[in-house]
Amino acid sequence: MDLDLSAPHSTGTTIIGVTYNGGVVLGADSRTSTGMYVANRASDKITELTDNVYVCRSGSAADTQVISDYVRYFLHQHTIQLGQPATVKVAANLVRLLSYQNKNMLQAGVIVGGWDKYEGGQIYSVPLGGTILRQPFSIGGSGSSYLYGFFDQAWKEDMTHEEAEQLVVKAASLAMARDGASGGVVRTVTINAEGVTRKFYGGDTLPLWHDELEPTNSLLDLLSSSVPEPMST
Amino acid sequence: MGRMTELPTKGGFSFDLCTRNDMLLKNGLQMPPFRKTGTTIVGLVFQDGVVLGADTRATEGPIVADKNCEKIHFMAPNIYCCGAGTAADTEAVTDMVSSQLQLHRYATGRESRVVTALTLLKSHLFSYQGHVSAALVLGGFDVTGPHLHTVYPHGSTDTLPFATMGSGSLAAMSVFESKYREGLTREEGIELVAEAICAGIFNDLGSGSNVDVCVITEGKTEYLRNYQLPNPRTYISSKGYTFVKGQTEVLSTKITSIQPKVEAVEGGDAMEE
Repeated sequence: MDLDLSAPHSTGTTIIGVTYNGGVVLGADSRTSTGMYVANRASDKITELTDNVYVCRSGSAADTQVISDYVRYFLHQHTIQLGQPATVKVAANLVRLLSYQNKNMLQAGVIVGGWDKYEGGQIYSVPLGGTILRQPFSIGGSGSSYLYGFFDQAWKEDMTHEEAEQLVVKAASLAMARDGASGGVVRTVTINAEGVTRKFYGGDTLPLWHDELEPTNSLLDLLSSSVPEPMST
Repeated sequence: MGRMTELPTKGGFSFDLCTRNDMLLKNGLQMPPFRKTGTTIVGLVFQDGVVLGADTRATEGPIVADKNCEKIHFMAPNIYCCGAGTAADTEAVTDMVSSQLQLHRYATGRESRVVTALTLLKSHLFSYQGHVSAALVLGGFDVTGPHLHTVYPHGSTDTLPFATMGSGSLAAMSVFESKYREGLTREEGIELVAEAICAGIFNDLGSGSNVDVCVITEGKTEYLRNYQLPNPRTYISSKGYTFVKGQTEVLSTKITSIQPKVEAVEGGDAMEE
């Protein structure tokens, strides 16, 4: 089996951004893969652009890190020139401009989320080609394929912060269960008028889904446990 | 047809010879292999700072080109960098950033920070889009504390409490994942690093020979070159290895003198400005 350790780093990924009444909750898994090897099992894919705007990164790790660095720099200048915090729309637009104008060379799918005093909590999706789209919630990355149906059913307008956070964590863990390129832990960032809160959900705090095993130190322990009852009609 | 105006030369690589190389390969030429540091490199954060480790084998394809090369490069008195990948690339990029850091120290009057080295490395590697094949483990101790980062050839970076890179990274990572914990002492950190490098040396064909270790703490750096030598030379010929003149038997001698072909021309055109 060829692990291909020289393959470029990609955040295989599941990224999620949802708005709730009062702000936004951003969520992501923590797996960075090079080919079939997990290069970083605890990476932080939710990156700060300003005090009030964060971005979830998916696609090429190098490309998204460089884009985030440039946009952070531009926003810093913009904030100084403007004399007040930058709006989420401006931040998302800067990301979009870099992504669109360099679309031939970049592989970056991001979700920009934040809070400002004019429009409150906002989520902007900037997928691969450099489109910008404001949405009440957005999903991205390879694991998002498994979440479209889930969100169609579970999403509702005007959730409380607790509901939004639980929704994001549940969705991320569902995607991580089914997508090989997503895994590790779930990180969430909540942005509202009061500020920013980071949360971390480790392996044992995440729900287990159909057929998932309890985390153990050794799979050999299972061999010594009793044989299950044979099925009977 | 008019003459094309001179375009200003752009920086970066010129890929003009690629078609020629393709033609040569089709005609059966064997490309000479690059010298790569097959490599196991590691780093970990312990309670007082960081410990970096590396093996010492440099390979050219299947041949060991250097049995005791140095893979832990100096960046600043308080920052060192282990390099895996193409040996020329890791040497060049670490030398370049080391010089840039020194100029920066003169300009700012301050000790270098690890994030500065990190940003310089990642922007250089990103602009070469992965063609500079340097995978690095960067570690140091600055005013903000101990730091450990990995840098990949495409320019992405990770910040971790323990890291491994190179062909032996999987072997070394298995050691770290079993035995690493927060708050290791200096002795425990060095032991764990040496154990991880040995895992790479003995289980990866691209890594071998000796273990180099570098310990960086507040105000002090110790470069422990050849900290362990687990592959000593076991056979030494009793006859010795110097070959005295006269030991080799001469079978026959043939001398061919070179005929010089020089024609002196009288006069000729005067040089013109």
